Amino acid sequence: MDMQATNPDSDTWSVAGHTFRSRLIVGTGKYKDFAQNAAALEASGAEIVTVAVRRVNISDPSQPVLMDYIDPKKVTYLPNTAGCFTADEAIRTLRLAREAGGWELVKLEVLGEARTLYPDMRETLKATEVLANEGFKPMVYCVDDPIAAQQLESAGAVAVMPLGAPIGSGLGIQNRVTIRLIVEGAKVPVLVDAGVGTASDAAVAMELGCDGVLMNTAIAEAKDPIRMARAMKLAVEAGRDAYLSGRMGTRKYADPSSPLAGLI
Amino acid sequence: MSAQLSLTVNGELRRTSAATIAALVTDLGLKPEKVAVERNGVIVPRSTLAEAALADGDVLEIVHFVGGG
Repeated sequence: MDMQATNPDSDTWSVAGHTFRSRLIVGTGKYKDFAQNAAALEASGAEIVTVAVRRVNISDPSQPVLMDYIDPKKVTYLPNTAGCFTADEAIRTLRLAREAGGWELVKLEVLGEARTLYPDMRETLKATEVLANEGFKPMVYCVDDPIAAQQLESAGAVAVMPLGAPIGSGLGIQNRVTIRLIVEGAKVPVLVDAGVGTASDAAVAMELGCDGVLMNTAIAEAKDPIRMARAMKLAVEAGRDAYLSGRMGTRKYADPSSPLAGLI
Repeated sequence: MSAQLSLTVNGELRRTSAATIAALVTDLGLKPEKVAVERNGVIVPRSTLAEAALADGDVLEIVHFVGGG
């Protein structure tokens, strides 16, 4: 028997030499307040949070900050370039992030337009190459295209993070075929990033063989974010177990579960 | 009292008597260990903020981590 599959504690995943047990990465945007954000993080069991890099508020520096509520010594901060529309902006943001956090593991996203928040893959590839050459370990948001994913990997991406659907849409995994093809072709971890709306979406991503799932809005915009965070934790675990267990084949017609022999 | 310098900090014009970037950051009510600083487009390593002398006309960006997706 494969103990790896039966003992959930030994089912870890690694990215750029860092090993994690939780396969759920959560964002830290859109919450009512920092306390709710911290409580949702706790319920999600996530060991990595994405964070943005922004100007400090110099007119009111006494305002509470994220680090007061989520301790970067306990949870891995994954700086993200959300809001950057060119390679240069994203690179500049991550250089600052490295200085603010002293951390090479980063999440790169270079957006193409505001309406869809689809990634601009030409700029994304360019930024991936530059960042990898500067010693960064970029986890890269990308289109759900197996060729683009391979190109990113060649350029130095330490993980590829295809969208399941547009950022913040909650539409779920729109193309299971392309996600599966990316998983099959990748030598680095694959995490669905964006598009998850509810627990079953996260389970689908994991059942397709993804190494993890990243989400923000699905938890933050739920009526009860803390309960949804727990649902996502369980869904990711369930999907992972289902993937590892090797699901049954499908049949065109029914097949009874009870023996036909001995019927009265 | 040292001479006043004119700076642009996060897009706002500011006058300061701080001599170094670390002193400016502290004067603004911020903790140097929680921010990253770019001066005139170049990152200033955090370990050197205390020695980084300000010059008139410097353009500074002071950033930190905030909630995001």
